[in-house]
Amino acid sequence: MDLLIIAVDIALVIVAISVAFCFYRVAVGPTIPDKVIALDTIAVNTIAIITLYSVKQKTLLFLDAVLVIAILGFLATVVMAKYLQRGDIVDRDSN
Amino acid sequence: MIETVTSIFLMLGALFILAGSIGLIRLPDVYCRSHAATKSITLGVTSIMIGSLFYFAAHGLGFSGKNLLTIVFVMLTAPVGAHMIARAAYHFGISIWEGSVKDELKSECKYIKATSAEE
Repeated sequence: MDLLIIAVDIALVIVAISVAFCFYRVAVGPTIPDKVIALDTIAVNTIAIITLYSVKQKTLLFLDAVLVIAILGFLATVVMAKYLQRGDIVDRDSN
Repeated sequence: MIETVTSIFLMLGALFILAGSIGLIRLPDVYCRSHAATKSITLGVTSIMIGSLFYFAAHGLGFSGKNLLTIVFVMLTAPVGAHMIARAAYHFGISIWEGSVKDELKSECKYIKATSAEE
C-alpha cells in the first residue's frame, strides 16, 4: 500500500470523528452561542474533509467549493453574532 | 519523499482538529470552548492545506493559488468570528465559568447597556 493513501484515509476518519464530537455539542449545547461555535467548527471541518478528498482523488476541482464554504461559514457566524447581540441583523439607524 | 512530507502534514492537521473538538466537548464554558475551537482547528486546517499544497505542486497539478487563498482567508476570519460570537454571548447574558480568574468586560458592559438604554 502507498503511504499517502493510508495517511489520507486515517486523516479522513479522524476528521469525521471530530465532526461527530461537534454534532454532540450542537445537540446538547446548553446555550445558543455554543451551538453557533460548534456549527462554525463543522464548517471548518468540512473544508478539511474536502481538501483531503481532493488529495485522495488527485484533482484540483474541489478547491472552489472549499473557498465558497469558508466564506459562507464566516458569514453565518457574523450574522448569528449580530442577531444575538442586537436582536436584529440590519441596523436601520446606525449612529 | 514528498509523499512522506505530505503524510506528516495531513496527520498533524487531523490530530490538531481532533484535539480541538475534544476541547469543544470537555471545556466548561462558552468562552473556553471558543478558545479551543478557534485556535486548534485553524491550525489543523492550515496544516492540511499546506500538505495538499506540497502534494499538488509535486505531482504536476500546478501551484494552486486557491489553497493559499483559503489559508489566508481562514486565518483572517476565524479570530474575527470567534471574537464576535464571544462578545455577543457576553452581551446576551451568559455568565462566565465560576472558576474564571478575571472579568475585565464587566464594568464596560454596564456602560454599554446604559448607553443603549438611554437611546
